[in-house]
Formats: sequence, structure tokens, C-alpha cells
Amino acid sequence: MKANCWYGTHDVRVETVPDPTILNPRDAIVKITSTAICGSDLHLYDGYIPTMQKGDILGHEFMGEVVEVGPAVKNLKLGDRVVVPFPIACGNCFFCQRELFSLCENSNPNALLAEKLWGHSPCGIFGYSHMLGGYAGGQAEYARVPFADVGPIKIPDGIDDEKVLFLSDIFPTGYMAAEACDIKPGDIIAVWGCGPVAQFAIKSALLLGAERVIAIDRFPERLRMARQQGAETLNYEHVDVLEALAELTGGRGPDACIDAVGMESHSAGMLGAYDKVKQILLLETDRPQPLRQAIMACRNGGTVSIPGVYGGFVDKIPFGSIMNRSITIKTGQTHVHRYLKPLLQRIIDGQIDPSFVITHRMMLRDAPEGFAKFRNKEDGCIKVVMKPS
Amino acid sequence: MATRDVLQTEMRPGVARAATGRRRAHEGGKLADALAWFSVGLGAAEIFAPEAVCKAIGAPRRPMLMRLMGLREMAAGVGILKNPQKANWLWARVGGDILDLALLAAASQSKRAKPGRVSAALAAVAGVTVLDVVCAQQFETRIGSAVHSTASTIVNRRPEECYRYWRDIEKLPAFLQHLRSVRVTGERRSHWIAKGPVGKDISWDAEITEDIPNERIVWRSLEGSEIRNSGSVQFQPARRGENTIVRVRMNYELPTRAGRILAGKLLGRDPGLRIRKDLLRFKQILETGEIATTEGQPAGRPSSTTMLDRMARI
Repeated sequence: MKANCWYGTHDVRVETVPDPTILNPRDAIVKITSTAICGSDLHLYDGYIPTMQKGDILGHEFMGEVVEVGPAVKNLKLGDRVVVPFPIACGNCFFCQRELFSLCENSNPNALLAEKLWGHSPCGIFGYSHMLGGYAGGQAEYARVPFADVGPIKIPDGIDDEKVLFLSDIFPTGYMAAEACDIKPGDIIAVWGCGPVAQFAIKSALLLGAERVIAIDRFPERLRMARQQGAETLNYEHVDVLEALAELTGGRGPDACIDAVGMESHSAGMLGAYDKVKQILLLETDRPQPLRQAIMACRNGGTVSIPGVYGGFVDKIPFGSIMNRSITIKTGQTHVHRYLKPLLQRIIDGQIDPSFVITHRMMLRDAPEGFAKFRNKEDGCIKVVMKPS
Repeated sequence: MATRDVLQTEMRPGVARAATGRRRAHEGGKLADALAWFSVGLGAAEIFAPEAVCKAIGAPRRPMLMRLMGLREMAAGVGILKNPQKANWLWARVGGDILDLALLAAASQSKRAKPGRVSAALAAVAGVTVLDVVCAQQFETRIGSAVHSTASTIVNRRPEECYRYWRDIEKLPAFLQHLRSVRVTGERRSHWIAKGPVGKDISWDAEITEDIPNERIVWRSLEGSEIRNSGSVQFQPARRGENTIVRVRMNYELPTRAGRILAGKLLGRDPGLRIRKDLLRFKQILETGEIATTEGQPAGRPSSTTMLDRMARI
């Protein structure tokens, strides 16, 4: 089959590789009908995530048709149309039982690697480095899905792929980030970043009852899309964000702040230069500029919700601001399984059509071009969806 | 309950000191400490009098490089002195020695070198390298004539279930990866076959000496076994009895040097790590019915997994 494989920084290629097979009794094989490139894939593409190996198949946002099931999978039958969550979860461990699916103790065969960097290992993830299991991903024609009796959600007939594909990752991610803000009537939420996850965070925050959502970015097409979702926007190249947020909230600050940017932020100014220099010297691995702003801007007792991906260590975090003002930090890899049913229902009920975020559609064979366009934000690129054939 | 003596002898996964091996350990420890103090002294000289050291060993004057070497030397020395798990720091010394040998060899090519002194320095470093390797290896073979390892994991199942699965000892090879098979030969007796290091399997007979249902199983090899060993597993209730902390201790005693090498190969460089991986497999079998794997999956390279996976995976 054809699959998009990683070979180094800025080097992805669509190669012919063997088809996946059932390896464990609870596996299923899915023939992929739609797959997407995620913002977090760019961290792999830009070489920021350690333990990638040449030849790794990328992709963790995919859906398709079940074509084979292992002997222990009873809930799926051949021909079922499913969306597959990006975290792999067993359903039986301490964390899965508490709906903390991205913390599954049993799905990462290389857990001891992640432990070295992070103290303990989270779950295994499709196509996201060997530290997280080294699983072959879904930017391919077929994928092997472990614990298929737990993850995949069946999609009813009559709903387009594009409407449900993002249940695999970015819609639940934005939703979980907004839910973490514990939104009360009257709340003002600020969102750093206007990428796809942020777009869903904005929409979710409004669905969850926020009075105002303020979205921050510098790319006009992304700010425009955020306004279409109902946000008010700030272009940080034109205004001082902290001043503007103070002005908009009468000095108190937003009730919650969402960092939907993560480790590869575009960091301007002196602190940004500091981050860049430290990264080159390998003294800092991530660039947390939006995170610093989110912390400082947040009102006393508010929540900083972080769906943005971080990998290693950040420097100069205003922890004094966090401690002295009772700030709550909520973060984590999305517990997608928890949100599949309720969010699918919202889609069916017409409350949201997630396909709004798609700007580019192409074939899997054009994946290298898709990555480049997405990374450089060329051509107004916000989200790339690919079809294998 | 078994808790009190577990806590007394509970060690971090990895090396525990054996009573029989204590004298050997002490000797090995003395050599390690001597090398460590040598490192500290040498490091200090390299940091505070770099030019004098350069002159003494006949290398070109490079005070900054010498100071960096001094820092490294000191760090290795301090690491050995402070750290009871000396093996890694001792191997760090060996790494440093190899670096020194390389630098000296390069120095001897330089026009500004004094050949006689560089040769003497090379010989001295080579001698120290040998000592370091010997010392590191002694710690590697886990001090004297016994290999102990211990590990624990927490399983999301009640102690009864964990005990029941373990007590069915013919199932042990499913998660104790160094075993090929276990066959019950009597009420408490069994025949064990382990995968040998060079293709030839090793076997022995064992008996269960203690069997407290839902709490503890202790076994040992019978007299005349090629590789004397014993082990125990404890099932401690956790989270109000809904979970179990499973603690395993394995001991391999080998009177001969050949036996020690055998155990080393059988158990690998870090027996504690291997036992821990075995326990993670046990946990996965009990909780999910399978062992997570990526072996055999597709990839854009000749092998489905890489050496990184082979090293890391359970």
C-alpha cells in the first residue's frame, strides 16, 4: 500500500509499504477513506519530537471502512464505517476506567522510553514517535487499529467523511480545551492561536455558553475564520495583546485563557529571541511565548487551558503569577473516546459542521506538498485533508 | 502480613547486596572508590593547573580543553563516590579514558608534542583504562556470586485474580520472557526450561516452598541444579482491594565464573529492568488479554520496528 513516511526534518515521502495485518486479537484493519495533517504533525516535520525513525508512517487523524477484525472484536463487523481516535486505549486499566483514555497504561509498548523524559508514560498514539509506541499511522491506504473494541466509533450512513473526520482529534481537542475552562454565564475566554484546534475551541467555548471569545493570531485568513465562528480577534502584530485584553475586560483579564499554539510558537521580541537562542543551544526544547502571555493575562483564580502540544522543557514560566493568583492549569492529550458520542450527536443535530475548517483537499500522493503548504501557511492553508485514492 | 519484611528488604529495581557477596563487594567497592578519588584529584589538577598538566604529559598547551577534561574527570569521580549504583559511573570513566587515549594519540601527532612524555601518558591512561573496565565489569556482574533483582507493578485486578494467574505456573513463560517452558511435575514440583544464551537451553527442577493463597508464592530450584535460583512474588492489595501491587524478587546464585557469565547473558545487563518488563507484560495480560506490540506492522524501511523499539519495548 502507499503510505506517507517520515525520513527526517522537512522530509516526508509517500512510499510503497506492506499492508497492515492483525497482530493481536483485539485489532482491526481499517481501509482509510479520509485522513488529515495535524498541527502536531508539523512538530514531527520540523524535527522537534525525539525518537522518530526513518520510515515511520505518519498520521493520526483518519477514518474508513472496517475490512478485517481480530477474533476478540465483537462490536465491529466488516463494512462498518468508523472514525478512529488518535490515542490508543485498552479500556480496562485504571485510567481508561476513569475516562482518562490518553493516559492508558497498556497501549504503549515503549512506555519505558517516555518514562525517561516524562516520569511516566501516557498512552500509545498513532504515528507519533517511538516514545509513544512507534505505531504506524493513518496517512496511508490501510491502518491496523489496536483495541478496536474500544476506540473506533461507528458513523451512520448519509454523513459525509468531511463532517466527522475531525472527531478523531481536533474537534474533541478544541472541545476539551474549552470544557476545561469551566465556562460560566458571562465568561470571557481568550484563545491564543487560530489554527484548526483553536477554531474548534472557539466554537466549543461559545456552544458551552461563553459570553465573548477573543482570538489572537497574525494571519488574516485565520483571524477571518475565527470571526466567522463568532470570536472577536486581535492581531498581535498590530496590538499589544496584554494591553488589549486588559482593555476588553475592564482590567480584570479573561476568565480563562486557552493556549492553542504549543511548542513551536512564533516568538517575537526579546523573550522570543531568548527562546530561540536557548533552543539552538539545546538548553530549552520548547518556545512558550503564548503560554507566558496566557498566564499573565488570565484573571485571578482563572484557568489556563493548554491543548497546545509541548514536548520537553520550557523556561521562564511566570510561576509566581500562577501561585499567587490561584491559577488553575488544565492540560493533556485529548481523551478523545470520552467525546466521540456527544460530539457526533452535536454534528447530527446540526449544531456544528466541522468541515468549515478545511481549506485544502488533495490525494495522499501529494502529502509532501500538503505538509509544506500547511507548515508555511501558503495559499491561506489552514487544514489539509487527503484521500488515499 | 508479608508487608513488613517486604519493606525491610525492598530495594530499587536493580542491584541488591547479597550476604555471601558482601566481602567481594567491599573489595570491588574499594577499587572503585580509589579510582574515584584519583579522578577527583586529577580533575582538580586539570582545572586549577591546566598548563602544568599539559606540560607533564607532553601535550600541546591547551588550557581550556584541559579544564573541560578536568570538569568531566571530577564529575565522573564524584558520581562514583556518591552513587551506590556505581556501574554506570564506572563505565562513564571508561568512556572518558577512551576519550583521553584518543586525545593523547592526536596530541602525539602534533608538532608541539614531546613524544617521550606523550608515550608515558598514553601508557598510564591505558593502564587506568584496564583497571576501570575490570572494576566496571565487577559491578556489572552484580557483586560476587549472586544476582538479585526486584521489581513491582500495580495491576487493576484484585489480588485473587493475580495470584490465580501466577499460581498456574505453566503460564509463566507468557510473561517471564527468559523462560521457554514450565511443566508441573508434582503437587509443588515443576521442571523449568530457560532460553540459553547460545542456543542451548538451560533447565532445572524447582519446588514451591511457600504458597499462601492470594498473598505470596515462593519457589526455589532443587539441589543439583545447573543454575541455583529462587524467587518470590507477593500480591499486596491496593485501592481497597480493587488493585494489586505485585512484587517479584528473583535470585540467581552461581558458584562458577562461567555460571556468572551465563546469568549475565540470560538476564541481560540490567536484571531489574528485565523483571520490570516481565511484570508489565503480566499486567497487560491480566488487564487487556494481550501484550501491546508493533512488531510486524508496516513501515517505510526494511524492518517494521527499529533497534530503539527492541531496546525499549516490554
